[in-house]
Amino acid sequence: MKEEIQNYVRNLFAEGKIKGFLGLKQKGTDIGPHLFTGADQLGELSLGDRENPAEARYPLDKILTHLASEHPNETLGVLVRGCDERALQLLFTVSMLDPDHVIPVGFACPAELAEKHQCWKPFPDALVAGEPAQGVVGGEDPVGSQMDLLGKLQQWFDTFDRCVKCFGCRNICPVCYCHECTLEEAALIPRGELPPANPNFLMTRAMHMVGRSLCVYCGLCEEVCPADIPLKSLYKLVARVVGQEGTTPEGLAAQQQAVGSKQQAISSGQ
Amino acid sequence: MDYKTVLTTCAYCGCGCGLYLEVLDGRLIGTLPSKTNPINEGKLCVKGWNIHEFVQHPERITKPLIRKNGTLTEASWDEALDYTASKLKEIKEAHGSDSIGFLASAKVTNEENYLIMKFARAAVGTNNVDHCARL
Repeated sequence: MKEEIQNYVRNLFAEGKIKGFLGLKQKGTDIGPHLFTGADQLGELSLGDRENPAEARYPLDKILTHLASEHPNETLGVLVRGCDERALQLLFTVSMLDPDHVIPVGFACPAELAEKHQCWKPFPDALVAGEPAQGVVGGEDPVGSQMDLLGKLQQWFDTFDRCVKCFGCRNICPVCYCHECTLEEAALIPRGELPPANPNFLMTRAMHMVGRSLCVYCGLCEEVCPADIPLKSLYKLVARVVGQEGTTPEGLAAQQQAVGSKQQAISSGQ
Repeated sequence: MDYKTVLTTCAYCGCGCGLYLEVLDGRLIGTLPSKTNPINEGKLCVKGWNIHEFVQHPERITKPLIRKNGTLTEASWDEALDYTASKLKEIKEAHGSDSIGFLASAKVTNEENYLIMKFARAAVGTNNVDHCARL
């Protein structure tokens, strides 16, 4: 699978279509984000394979927004999975990235990873390598799933109490693009004091992510949480409770299908 | 365009979390936790997440400062070291070794922390040594 990606990106370089390729690189025993600036460097490309294939994931789209803000006229390729592509689409919509200057190079996540992260579409439309695995729907409520609503709410609040307020969920989020973050609003969080009570803090973010149809359910927030709070599950639950059309994974999947043919035409036209 | 991620270890405490510093065109722009580091497994605390900020911070102290007539004034390393040494001697003679304490740092190496401990015990004669990363 890696060879197919390498060959595809080599061609992009050879045809002069990209100035660089943002992907992953094995650095000793570590795997981290890397900007490849020439075809000859692609031997070191990684797809995040560790004990399990493709499991090391980074918010490459978010890094891309930082590069694009300094170098808006350069075209870059970027390694994408299903979730990355969903984030990419959103960043195009809000003009954080220019689709004319981004070439997504996609690969399919293995079925085990899709299962682990409960991903309903574990492959991008700009698919270059890998066999698309079956999507997984569900997994919205591992906390107190057998309880009544109040018991459930209490269970969630008890879970929130574990929060150490590292803001990692926001920092890693590929679609957290606001220039002014509510979580840093002086009126809500006075500087030099402890952040507010945990339930409000995490629920504010949940409502923001879901209510504005931002969340792409990649689960990077959940993965990065030092307190193991199941944030993606919370967002899925909030999406269902809020009931806003197009915010649940199923709703987003339907939207994706509607524009899928258009995207396919774009990606095959490259 | 020059974008690099530099794998390093968090300097805020003794845990040793692995992180990537993001460098764009020679300037630090962000921190990402290493997803593959066996210590932190892709997680960081609030300090680690913001570790890139102090490096280029405009208020970072890069030269020794001595308070002269109530105002912190830039000084050379020689002047600062001479001043510190003479004051330490004065205090030790007037009030004894245990009137002095030493605070080491998580932002320096084990060897440097060893040296300050050695200096406190062997040169000054006190066991008053502590460390901000005594977690």
